[in-house]
Amino acid sequence: MRIRLNGEEYITGDVKSVEDLLKELKIHSERVAVEVNLKIISKSDYRIFILKDGDTVEVVSFVGGGGYGRQVYYTGNRV
Amino acid sequence: MEDRFIIRGIEFKSRLWVGTGKYRDFEETARAIEESGTDVVTVAVRRINILDRKSPNLLDYIDPKRYKILPNTAGCYTVEDALRYSRLAREAGVSDMVKLEVIGDDKTLFPDVCGLLKATEILAKEGFIVFPYTNDDPIIAKRLVDAGAAAVMPLGAPIGSGLGIRNPYNIKIILETVDTPVIVDAGVGTASDSAIAMELGCDAALINTGIAGAEDPVAMAGAMKHAVIAGRLAYKAGRIPKKLYATASSPLKGMLL
Repeated sequence: MRIRLNGEEYITGDVKSVEDLLKELKIHSERVAVEVNLKIISKSDYRIFILKDGDTVEVVSFVGGGGYGRQVYYTGNRV
Repeated sequence: MEDRFIIRGIEFKSRLWVGTGKYRDFEETARAIEESGTDVVTVAVRRINILDRKSPNLLDYIDPKRYKILPNTAGCYTVEDALRYSRLAREAGVSDMVKLEVIGDDKTLFPDVCGLLKATEILAKEGFIVFPYTNDDPIIAKRLVDAGAAAVMPLGAPIGSGLGIRNPYNIKIILETVDTPVIVDAGVGTASDSAIAMELGCDAALINTGIAGAEDPVAMAGAMKHAVIAGRLAYKAGRIPKKLYATASSPLKGMLL
């Protein structure tokens, strides 16, 4: 199955549900959120939500951040 | 005397909140956070790196059992994006809290307060504990609280600018205008800036660049910790009024003629 995953083309193996996809990607579902075609899938539905060819899937998690706009690189007094 | 800090039933042990962006690496992040004594760290929501699953994860270094994780909507320029990121953050399962940012402009990173107000209203109705990052404008602060914000986070100065508390009088008016906690967010450049915020009566200060951008972030984290505590103590103690002329502090009685 061909899906769009985090902005990239991705061809899955034997994947039916969101749970299968996370397993294939070796992602623990604990601190991630999954969105399929702009709809957030709740964790309790990972097993029953069936993916289909052409779906747009986003898998997000937390990264370091304080409060700033688009990626701003620090250019101050540290080299 | 006890000086507890509670928002919507959540007790915060520290009045210094720390952002986790812009550090050299996760190890430095973890050491700075430890040194700061905080129990609240902000994080951003981003795509997982699918190709490199072995790359370390921030939450491997910051234990969510020990720290309250406050997701932000940094990088969101529209109400729709801010809502999307907030909902994803909640689904990722850390908490209902969100530090809501709707940025209005690339250069200043000032908040788009119209969008912010709209997003606050929607998210509050969905049960989020909303902490909007806002301008130092008392009227907007009041509107945000009316829309359901759990606290307001006025900027001291533009994000990452280190210019300090540019308008202490507005911050003071915000404190007198809203009945929620007020947390200064952005602009704090060094320890005295955070002390000023706290002396004004702010309930807490959120600092990222002021710590992460210092030459020695871990040492600065310690300095900020003490400054926030000192500022809070000074506020509670009640400072002396400012006067133009001197008042002798030693008795005149008993002086040699």
